Amino acid sequence: MTFFLQMLVTGIVVGSIYGLVALGFVLIYRASGALNLANGEFVIIGPYICLVLMTAYKIPFILSLVITLIFSAILGLVVERLVIRPIQNAPVVSVIMATIGLSSLLGGAVHMLWGHQTRTFPQVFPSTPINFSGLIITPVYLWSFIVVIVLLLLFSLFFKFSKMGIAMRAVADDRQAALSMGISVKFVYAATWAIASVVAAVGGVLLGNINGLSPTMAAIGLTVLPVVILGGLDSVLGAIVGGFIIGILQNMAGGYLDPLIGGGLKEVAPFIVVLLILMLKPYGLFGSRGIERV
Amino acid sequence: MRECGNYKTTYRDDMKLFGTTGAKIKAIIIILTILALPLFASSYWVGLLTLCAIASVGAIGLNILTGLTGQISIGVGAFLGVGGYTSAILTSTAGISFWVALPIAGIVTALIGGLFGIPSLRLKGLYLAIATLAAQVIILFVISRWDGLTGGTAGMVLSRPTIGQFSLSSNTGYYYLCVIILLLTVLYATNLIRSRTGRAFLAVRDRDIAAQIMGINLFKYKVMAFAISSFFVGIAGALLAHYTMIVSPELYSFHVSIEYLAMILIGGLGSIFGSILGAVFITLLPVGLSSLIDVMAGIMPDLYQLFSAFKDFVFGAVIILFLIFEPGGLAHIWLNIKKYFRLWPFSY
Repeated sequence: MTFFLQMLVTGIVVGSIYGLVALGFVLIYRASGALNLANGEFVIIGPYICLVLMTAYKIPFILSLVITLIFSAILGLVVERLVIRPIQNAPVVSVIMATIGLSSLLGGAVHMLWGHQTRTFPQVFPSTPINFSGLIITPVYLWSFIVVIVLLLLFSLFFKFSKMGIAMRAVADDRQAALSMGISVKFVYAATWAIASVVAAVGGVLLGNINGLSPTMAAIGLTVLPVVILGGLDSVLGAIVGGFIIGILQNMAGGYLDPLIGGGLKEVAPFIVVLLILMLKPYGLFGSRGIERV
Repeated sequence: MRECGNYKTTYRDDMKLFGTTGAKIKAIIIILTILALPLFASSYWVGLLTLCAIASVGAIGLNILTGLTGQISIGVGAFLGVGGYTSAILTSTAGISFWVALPIAGIVTALIGGLFGIPSLRLKGLYLAIATLAAQVIILFVISRWDGLTGGTAGMVLSRPTIGQFSLSSNTGYYYLCVIILLLTVLYATNLIRSRTGRAFLAVRDRDIAAQIMGINLFKYKVMAFAISSFFVGIAGALLAHYTMIVSPELYSFHVSIEYLAMILIGGLGSIFGSILGAVFITLLPVGLSSLIDVMAGIMPDLYQLFSAFKDFVFGAVIILFLIFEPGGLAHIWLNIKKYFRLWPFSY
């Protein structure tokens, strides 16, 4: 039973980070209809910058985090302006391929700048595990969970009440109509990419504190795809719920089934789920169903 | 020459494989050049050209699916693997001749491709891309876990094919084999585009619901596109496996899928000639980069360690630049160059 609970808790915590990274996907998809396959690279660039600021320039964690987030926002803006905007009206395959190209480009750049060794963050969170009547949770996990929940609350409020958030929803709903109501679609796109990039960087810094930092971490960009499919590509709530479900599922599969077949199922299980969902309920749990006319 | 108009009076004329005598002569010259190349090139270059020919077969296969029918597939790498492994199992484990194993490899891949094509009836664009990505992950997982059949992560060893007593173990011999298969593939694909099936594919690409209203059986043609495309990808996989003489799961990673997609995008979506140009471009890109690095190593000696990262960087940059500045790909550039010289000096 303890084993089950431990798996469940780990799953929830990992899932919360998945949810955060998935949020980046969903934001961009909602606004511009593009699937950002370079999200994994956005996730790792932030923590690398944070790490360099902390170790090489001895800047305290909070300050370097702020600088990192500002840098991430700028990165998002630059990418939107240079890569995404010129091909906005191109067919889907071109947009997908552009983000794949972007991921190769950014991944190569990260590799060239910081090498392929795993680096560890200096101690930010206390390392003594907290013991909840038999369940062991390290503070990093707890913190990442709290951060994710706070961010999610902030985002729901942002989309519901702020002018910018409402503008974003309007653009996602109908670009033409939003334009005619005087919303600057260009500005909304740029802002979306900046926000998504910042969200990815937050997720990356948390992940880096948990596992250490290496270029292979960018694979999370693909791992999170099942999450957004499960939740529905255009649903913020779906990203979060999907994140938790996939996180728990992955850990359960890893804990219970992997010993039976010799490992590796942890990475594959989400994709099997994806195939099932795509066949049964292609728009996910909370996604909006598209209607097509000729 | 066809500069001043189109004087076809029958459908038969319009459907001809070679529109003019000029086109026929040009095709013959190209074929002769390709066949004569090994006489002048070193063994290293013949090897590279073989890889280009194999990649072209795969790229044409993918272009039938993505370029003609408009169905995105990011799972090509795994389908190459299915072809390679089928051939490996049939020739090495079961001891069947290569000449039988090659078409079977294509057919098995076509079956599996058709199976994963079934979701395409309900899914489009992004969703289909993710479904094929899932196919990639799952197929590779099965390959690396099914130790008894595939040798697991260690992979399998293959040998080069033989004709009677003559073994195609030299690069030149294998080059001719691959080039002949490439020519057959080109011929098939050209004919496919000219046929009813090819036109149905184009209609599905442009607007699938409209195509259905006009009486095209969407399910049939989508699954067929997946199957035909996978057949060629499987053949390419088998050829590649017998060329490198080894198969192992990491040879068919996600990265390979991306490379093939890049080939058809850089070459030109929906263009057979473009697929070949793109395949040659992507296959020779690392070679060009490594010689560039040899030159630059004098200035930056630690560049050698960064080679794979540098390769990724340039690869990504090339894809993005092509998408932004030349969405028509190399095939379009080639047409523009041709047009420039044809209209010279009175281009407008």
